[in-house]
Amino acid sequence: MRKLILLMAGFFLISNASAQNNQMALIEGGNYTPLYGVGEQSETAVGDFYLDKLPVTYADFQEFVRNHSKWQKSNVTKLFADSRYLSNWENDLKAPANLMDKPVTMVSWFAAKAYCECQGKRLPTVDEWEYAAMASTSKRDSRSDSLYNVSILRSYEQPKTYMKTVGNSEANYWGVQDMHGMVWEWTQDFNSIILTGESRNNGNTDAGLFCAAGAIGAKDMMNYAAFMRFAMRSSLKANFSLTTLGFRCAKDAGPQNQLTFK
Amino acid sequence: MNYKNICPNKGYFYPLLFILALAFTACTQSQSRNTGAKSYTKDYSKTKVFGEMVAELTAPPHVPPPVGNRPAMKLYMEMEITEEEMEMADGVSYLFWTFGGTVPGSFIRARVGDEVEFKIKNHPDNKLPHNIDLHAVTGQGGGAEASFVAPGHEKTFSFKLINPGLYVYHCATAPVGMHIANGMYGLILVEPEGGLPPVDKEFYVMQGDFYTEGRFGEPGLQPFDMQKAYDERPDYVVFNGSVNGLSGENALQAKAGETIRIFFGNGGPNLASSFHVIGEIFDKVYVDGGDQINSNVGTTLVPAGGAAILEFKADVPSNLVLVDHSIFRAFNKGALGILSVTGEENEKIFAGEIMEGIYLPEGSTIQKMPKDGNVVSPPVTMTKSELIDTGKKIYMQACFACHQANGEGVANAFPPLANADYLNADVNRSIDVLLHGLSGEITVNGKKYNSIMPSQQLKDEEVAAVLTYVYNSWGNNGSEVTPEMVNKRRKK
Repeated sequence: MRKLILLMAGFFLISNASAQNNQMALIEGGNYTPLYGVGEQSETAVGDFYLDKLPVTYADFQEFVRNHSKWQKSNVTKLFADSRYLSNWENDLKAPANLMDKPVTMVSWFAAKAYCECQGKRLPTVDEWEYAAMASTSKRDSRSDSLYNVSILRSYEQPKTYMKTVGNSEANYWGVQDMHGMVWEWTQDFNSIILTGESRNNGNTDAGLFCAAGAIGAKDMMNYAAFMRFAMRSSLKANFSLTTLGFRCAKDAGPQNQLTFK
Repeated sequence: MNYKNICPNKGYFYPLLFILALAFTACTQSQSRNTGAKSYTKDYSKTKVFGEMVAELTAPPHVPPPVGNRPAMKLYMEMEITEEEMEMADGVSYLFWTFGGTVPGSFIRARVGDEVEFKIKNHPDNKLPHNIDLHAVTGQGGGAEASFVAPGHEKTFSFKLINPGLYVYHCATAPVGMHIANGMYGLILVEPEGGLPPVDKEFYVMQGDFYTEGRFGEPGLQPFDMQKAYDERPDYVVFNGSVNGLSGENALQAKAGETIRIFFGNGGPNLASSFHVIGEIFDKVYVDGGDQINSNVGTTLVPAGGAAILEFKADVPSNLVLVDHSIFRAFNKGALGILSVTGEENEKIFAGEIMEGIYLPEGSTIQKMPKDGNVVSPPVTMTKSELIDTGKKIYMQACFACHQANGEGVANAFPPLANADYLNADVNRSIDVLLHGLSGEITVNGKKYNSIMPSQQLKDEEVAAVLTYVYNSWGNNGSEVTPEMVNKRRKK
């Protein structure tokens, strides 16, 4: 009996992994130091996980709302999405035709979360997102590569990048595309680290963040880009639906998690 | 208790105290006269407000109308934050982040005691969250926390203005330096009760330093360079957001005789400004934008994140030049603006050029250049006709102004060279005159001259050439002067 379960588990793992090959990339876990980490115990462990190679597009989301009427713009519970939610759609069922292959934006955290759950996935955590996003095309961790950092910072400055077509940028080390320079992305725990509106306050619970800010040196350019992401996340509430904010989904990898999922 | 022991000289103590108090009062009185300070002790937190209105905010270089005598009121104001590409210099653009669509941001004018309800709107196309820290506001972060707003959202917060003065406001969202470096700053003026004294013209000028990937003037859209910002090495230091912010069609305009007030702020992010207006003197400087008034100031220092109110009368027509007198910024990085004053000349104040003369320093040795012993000029042998040709050119550069084109000289001032007995009498003396200059009375062709000829900074070949030219022109004796002859005299 036990053997059978293991066998089934093994089988599931294989089939599941191969099913993800097309759209998801396996990110091998490891340790990394988040922006707000200071001191010796600052490293955070990130387990293996799968991450969508591309941000969710308008076409993807259109399919979702067609199957889930409660996420259509006229039906959505006001608590779960502000008035900008899908406001550029022609009607409940029809996304703007010219945006089909663009990253979907103007979706709230609740809607993004529901979308991922309907696919048997979830939103990535901040740590997972940041961990995957520090990879360049050739390295898992490119945060010490000044050119890479500068290019990210540059891409953040460009206006209207949410109008770009997904999948045209070069894939990173893990095979993931468009993490930088297209749209900000929702994360599961976006508000767990609060960068307060007062970004120079260093006397309260966010001390770690601000100490990190104080420690920024000429070589820590990556931190500036990360700061912009953290500042962005901390300005959000879960019902916000912004023009420049989209999402992609993640999924656990690892035997025990696969079983739980099953 | 032991009061008597503590204060044994009670009899002397009271008169002393009285004198001290008197001295103190006199002191503070004279101080307040000097500075014009009258409001710094007053508590405006309980000032009552009467009525409400929507405040007018203005784009630079304009300022909203003065508050005058109005009572404290409830003010409503709105500001939109944009991220947009605008001109930094001719052919150079930059993605500015702005309060109200301009750099610096809209000018806010209020009165002490006003209660302000401030709405901040972050345009949906913007990529970043923003906020505002008003230095005029007492409270957490100057409003930074309360105004922190995501793109596509708006926030309203309120505050009471309890300190008069001129203050900077700016964005304080992480990374703060970057938000300020991209142009997110402006000025808020909190006028005292009764308002500032009236003047004829008021302007709003703000300095900022910018950090671009390309060097100054490199064309195209220039991205922000974080490294240069960190190193405090700006490519641009400008007034009102661009190199042309206050020049050309953007030059400030005034008429002679008008009193001018400039609300000057420095957004930074890094540099302090040595603000100066070339051709004027500030009659009054409200130091740091506060109560203290300094008079008769040439250059005033305005720190990053600081401001000053400057007043002067534009006495005479001219183009007044606004500069950061840390002067390379003015001439090489853009910190230069024009205040064009038109109207009637006033020669009592400025008469302009009265006359031009030739300046001849006394003595022959003054104009000697330091000798450069290492340079060996290659020997050049020239024929007499070559010497004459070369000499003519040198004559037209070095001698012509005084001795005139045909060697006729100028009567009573510069002796003639044409058919000149003094010249033809002694070649060596002529060489010496060129090498060492000549002063004192001489007689040429029967006329006395008492003037000064400076020594000429010419090489041996050049002295030889110009003298040969002169000796072979205008009826002179046709002598030839060689470089060797000159060299020989030089070594004497």
